[in-house]
Amino acid sequence: MAIDEKNTTRRTFFKTAGLIAGGFLAGSYMKPFTGALYAAEEPKGKGKWYGIGIDLEKCIGCGNCAKACKAENDVPLEPFFFRSWVEQYTIKNDGTVKVESPNGGIDGFKQSVPDNEIMKSFFVPKMCNHCATSPCEQVCPVGATFRSPEGIVLVDKEYCIGCRYCVQACPYGCRYLHPIKKTVDKCTFCYHRLKNGLNPACMDACPVGARIYGDLRDPNGVMAEFIKTHTCNTLKPHLNTRSKLYYNALSQEVR
Amino acid sequence: MPPQINRLLILFAILIALFLIVRHFLVPASFGDLGHYRANSLIDNADTLLHPVKYRGVKSCEGCHDSVIALKKIGPHVNIKCETCHGPAFKHIKNPKTDTLLVPKTIPYTRFFCAKCHTKNKARNEKIIKQIDPNEHNVDMACTDCHNPHHPLKDLK
Repeated sequence: MAIDEKNTTRRTFFKTAGLIAGGFLAGSYMKPFTGALYAAEEPKGKGKWYGIGIDLEKCIGCGNCAKACKAENDVPLEPFFFRSWVEQYTIKNDGTVKVESPNGGIDGFKQSVPDNEIMKSFFVPKMCNHCATSPCEQVCPVGATFRSPEGIVLVDKEYCIGCRYCVQACPYGCRYLHPIKKTVDKCTFCYHRLKNGLNPACMDACPVGARIYGDLRDPNGVMAEFIKTHTCNTLKPHLNTRSKLYYNALSQEVR
Repeated sequence: MPPQINRLLILFAILIALFLIVRHFLVPASFGDLGHYRANSLIDNADTLLHPVKYRGVKSCEGCHDSVIALKKIGPHVNIKCETCHGPAFKHIKNPKTDTLLVPKTIPYTRFFCAKCHTKNKARNEKIIKQIDPNEHNVDMACTDCHNPHHPLKDLK
């Protein structure tokens, strides 16, 4: 084993290491390798960037949004899966929190706690938050779930292998494995309706106008107005999903 | 360079070339165009043959049902869209007589259907929606016996 006589000095080491690292950085800007950059920021652009607003002060818990979503998108009725559902939170006088979602709320709610024990009660409709840095997109091993240029997180049914890693990763519990197709299904924000100039089914179904959606980039749009005039919060902000579903009057008990 | 390194480099070069060839055939078209996904999936997701549009909107009801729409416009149900209560209209537009969207006016059904929104519930804001206790409010009658569903306050008995 002959040892090379030329002595590799620290200077040479740093030069080579710097060249390799710099090469990687420069290479990551080239088109085939831009995956690293995509992960860090949303693509800047002039197109629409959809956000959703739900006003919890208006929601009456009728469940029409969940029912319309089921009808429009052929969501399997049994076993019970939901792309969009409603929960009822009841905070009792003794401080305990009761969360109910009978059939996802499609048949409405019954008050299960007597009036005198309730401190506060409200309904929370939930759906896919179409996060700007969604964990589901990040964990997919094949790239079957992705964010469209308009900011809507979709699933590529032809490419999904049904591993359910994304179902596990979503902190909002809005994904499920379709029992017949064996691929992952989730709220698509009615992409087939959106692309034809219609509203998503759940938005139209709400009788009190508690659900709105719009372009977050539009300074004069409904979403900007909603965020400016209401105290908005997103679910689980500590998980840094950059959720685009803004709730008005979101109480801290909602998980 | 020592001959072992030469042989290894050649071997690696062959393996990498093989990998690139196999990858060229396995990676689907349009993958990577817009991001780490198959860009043609955007077209698949928007395809209305794969995903038929079921709720057609109030515009599809106009023209045949104008009188009801006009009545609804002046009452408290003005902001409720037709299909919210009647269900998706896509079948009815093709076969209006056979695929009707009438909501049954039977006593048990209306008392379930209207109660979904109008049952007294501490979580519902009285300012947003009027509420009744279904166990006390005219128990033996259907809601539609007194209330016109398109304008519930009109001609109340």
